[in-house]
Amino acid sequence: MAHAAPLSAPRAEQGLGVYTQKLGMWVFLASEVMFFTALIGSYIILRWGSAESWPVPHEILAIPITALNTFILICSSVSMVKAYAAATQDDQKGLRRWLLLTVIGGATFVGVQAFEYHHLISEGLLPSGIREGSALAARLVDTGKVSATAAGLFGSAFFTMTGFHGFHVTCGVICMTFVTIKAFRGGYRGGRYHGIETIGLYWHFVDLVWIILFTIVYLI
Amino acid sequence: MHWWFPANASSYGGDVDRIFYVILYITGAVFLLVEGGLLVFLVRYRRREGRTAAYVHGNNKAEIVWTTIPAVIVISLALLSQKVWSAVKDPAHFPKDAIPIGVHVKQFEWQITMPGPDGKLDTDDDIFRKNEMHLQVGRDYAVRLTSQDVIHSFFIPAFRLKQDAVPGMTITAWFRPTRTGEFDLACSQLCGTGHYRMEAKVYVHSAEDFARWQAAQAAGGVATPSAAAADTPRATGGMAMGHSGAMR
Amino acid sequence: MTAAAMPQGAGLHAGHDDRPWIRRYVFSTDHKTIGIQFLFLSLFFLLAGGLLAMVIRWQLGFPGTPVPGGSILPDAMAPGGVIRPSFYNALVTMHGTFMIFFAVMPLLTGVFANYLIPLKIGAPDMAFPRLNMWSFWLMIPAGTLALAGFFVEGGTAAAGWTAYAPLSNSPLYTGVSAGQVLWCLAIVIFGASSLLGSVNYVTTVINLRAPGMTWMRLPLSVWALFITAILALLAVPILAGAIIMLLFDQVLGTHFYLPTGGGQPLLWQHLFWFFGHPEVYILILPAMGLVSDVIANGSRKPVFGYPTMVAAIGGIAFLGFIVWGHHMFVSGMNPRLGTTFMASTMLIAVPTSIKVFNWLGTMWRGNIHFHVPMLNAIGFLSMFVIGGLSGIFMAATPVDMYIHDSYFIVAHIHYVLFGGSLFAAFAGIYYWFPKMFGRRMDERLGRIHFALTFVFYNLTFFPMHLLGLGGHMRRIYDPTQYPFLAPLQPINRFISVSAFLLLTSQLPFAFNFFRSLFRGERAEINPWRDNSLEWTLPSPPPHGNFAATPTVYRGPYEYSVPGEVEDFLPQDRPARAAAEAH
Repeated sequence: MAHAAPLSAPRAEQGLGVYTQKLGMWVFLASEVMFFTALIGSYIILRWGSAESWPVPHEILAIPITALNTFILICSSVSMVKAYAAATQDDQKGLRRWLLLTVIGGATFVGVQAFEYHHLISEGLLPSGIREGSALAARLVDTGKVSATAAGLFGSAFFTMTGFHGFHVTCGVICMTFVTIKAFRGGYRGGRYHGIETIGLYWHFVDLVWIILFTIVYLI
Repeated sequence: MHWWFPANASSYGGDVDRIFYVILYITGAVFLLVEGGLLVFLVRYRRREGRTAAYVHGNNKAEIVWTTIPAVIVISLALLSQKVWSAVKDPAHFPKDAIPIGVHVKQFEWQITMPGPDGKLDTDDDIFRKNEMHLQVGRDYAVRLTSQDVIHSFFIPAFRLKQDAVPGMTITAWFRPTRTGEFDLACSQLCGTGHYRMEAKVYVHSAEDFARWQAAQAAGGVATPSAAAADTPRATGGMAMGHSGAMR
Repeated sequence: MTAAAMPQGAGLHAGHDDRPWIRRYVFSTDHKTIGIQFLFLSLFFLLAGGLLAMVIRWQLGFPGTPVPGGSILPDAMAPGGVIRPSFYNALVTMHGTFMIFFAVMPLLTGVFANYLIPLKIGAPDMAFPRLNMWSFWLMIPAGTLALAGFFVEGGTAAAGWTAYAPLSNSPLYTGVSAGQVLWCLAIVIFGASSLLGSVNYVTTVINLRAPGMTWMRLPLSVWALFITAILALLAVPILAGAIIMLLFDQVLGTHFYLPTGGGQPLLWQHLFWFFGHPEVYILILPAMGLVSDVIANGSRKPVFGYPTMVAAIGGIAFLGFIVWGHHMFVSGMNPRLGTTFMASTMLIAVPTSIKVFNWLGTMWRGNIHFHVPMLNAIGFLSMFVIGGLSGIFMAATPVDMYIHDSYFIVAHIHYVLFGGSLFAAFAGIYYWFPKMFGRRMDERLGRIHFALTFVFYNLTFFPMHLLGLGGHMRRIYDPTQYPFLAPLQPINRFISVSAFLLLTSQLPFAFNFFRSLFRGERAEINPWRDNSLEWTLPSPPPHGNFAATPTVYRGPYEYSVPGEVEDFLPQDRPARAAAEAH
């Protein structure tokens, strides 16, 4: 890392030509990929390796509202890109606007997810299985459409995967809030965009994981 | 010698042992070569007044040699092992007409169901025992392993056979006993507090003795060690073990 | 995220240090302090794990008799001092857990990656010093939770450090509930600590190398620690995911691994070993790296085949990701997979043997100084060879059918982890102690420690191979319950007595270590006449390390260079022509 030292100081060996903060984020994201692979991979194995009949997702989950939520999250990634562009061009007004939109988009996503969880739980889907006597039980288990165990496993996997994703988005929203406050205080003036780019990477990653999750858990 | 493998008592046990010995000779030779070489170097190249080490960074030819030779050796060992592994574990190679035996494992006992004279399981003449298996020498057997609770492991050292029993799965393992005698069956996967006392006995009879035993079961049972005795931990093995039986 | 990114003040150099006491020694972001904190943590857990092992060996050697000092244990564990089977299972579980997660990993990675990487590459500190501080301090709640299990109702986790489901997620089957939950939480927090460390090590090695410190001039210790960090980065999150699902099975009523709920016990095994196999390379690669440095130094000779050594580290790491099924040959997994895993497992012997021959090649025609670190490095080499060769037996699927889950495996594990990792750790501690603390450890005590440890270590663990061949299973509370094991009982007693003597043999080390901290002879800057950058700095180096960023002109193993007066040539000494120009 080059030191802010006299000009004659020799530059360090640059490994990959990526500044340290960004490199650190890439390295961290590699481990996050592995973490979600464990969870999503397990779901795939449990579901498609099961001899029993698993619930068809759209019979339990609300696809339309989740599709809208997905769209909101993707939009917040777009606003993140815009924020990054603004930072590189020292457009402080644009930066603040786009960051604020990103925070709102992320927070909305989490809010809708929380609402969905509440709805699903009251319908009868729990991490431990389908609650006896619930609406879902009546609709799916008692009619013999799905086995109780398979439905239970679906609940286990669903809440674990989406729950950890939601946790990651929440952490992202919190960090993004701090970044936004810093932007409002002028912390990214003069073309100082590294922090924006770095948190942007995290944000896009979290969005990408959601797109994969939405496809595998909701749509297929 | 007590401190070595129990004598082999199954048809493929000899193959397993053979691979072991091949590996033993090869690794033994490598061990002598490497450790011997190390000792020689330590003595020969120890620091001495006026000596300088050789300024050598490596030797590509040597690298190629000690990459290729180990590679050839381990690939050969893999090929040698594969044939035996396939013969023992590949369901496609299980003997047809093997006599089925049901082994349902639970904490902490082996519930064994042997077919009666009809040679089929799940019929009225099945013989049920805890911690005891009776076999006829020279016949093929296919054990169907199931578990009630946690993972256990079906291990008969004299047959060189081991297979985990997993709850939720039915797993088949086959063997052919080649000697008469009394052999041990042990659990070799930690399965809880009673894991250490899941001893069971495997009796391999001659054809006549087996027929006699089987007939006696139908007639109401000859005195064979009963389930109850097998269920309590006992201090055995020739050591006065004090409290071990009472511990739970 | 943004604030922690830059090394402490761009342009940090060694200079006046006016940090308050608590920032200097407690909540320090200085990688050297953090490394030393990890040293004390890991030595504590090494002792704890060792004491647990003594109790295990007492029960195995003298089953059913009261353990000396056992009367202090509560009845739930050992009434009258006699270990209960349930407590025995907890002991073997926590011995493995402490040793792997809280002793050897922190000792090899936490200590040496933290302490050595910035120094050896010429950097003022790690890339993210504050994250680094968190990496250490997260170990405190992790370790506390791991210890706490002993004090809760039902006792601590008792399903083995491998925690196979459904034994591990069902209090119904073990009687353990809170203990296993605490275990899960402890490992997850450990995982977070490990992750923060790995992010630092990887980023620092890529981006913070001093001018001239090209990839092929890095010391092998740095290469090994760098690749280990990549392994940890990719493997530990899998463990975290697996354990979180295990935890949810216990507390949220999920059924990931419970067949009664449609789950699959084998899923746990696949996930666990997908982490677990790279994990063992995480435990051995740093040891190999440290030992390369020490052997070259002790032999006064360049490392033989440096590029191949680097490739071998990479090869071991890569292959390490595709062999996990060799822990599951008899698990009920498709036997065809057994074949593929056997193939990859056999192959991993190739880069490993390359390294062994290259170490021998380094000593060949050397001028060997038998200083205490070198003795320990030679101990590593000779013992690791045994551990590696024994691995070939278990790689062969038919043989593994017999020796799986037997004491042959226990022998193998301990030959590579103690004979390998621990001897290397000792070598590292004796070698870098002078740099860390500015004082030398006593050489004579070091030799006594090495000799006693080497002897009693072999007497303890070699006979375990025999036990395994006799059919002796692992994790057995009382071997005398099986008549076929009775003839082996004298071996068990012999091993137990050797083990007690092995632990006693660590007294000279403990005494030496602590006394030298305060009363050791003052160390010179470069007592081992080594070439690497840390040996150009005062002992201990100041905060910020280098007064001016060094420039590197050559590799780290230029020993006995013809034409040089000394038999070593530091990495930062200008090339001859440049020097003559002055």
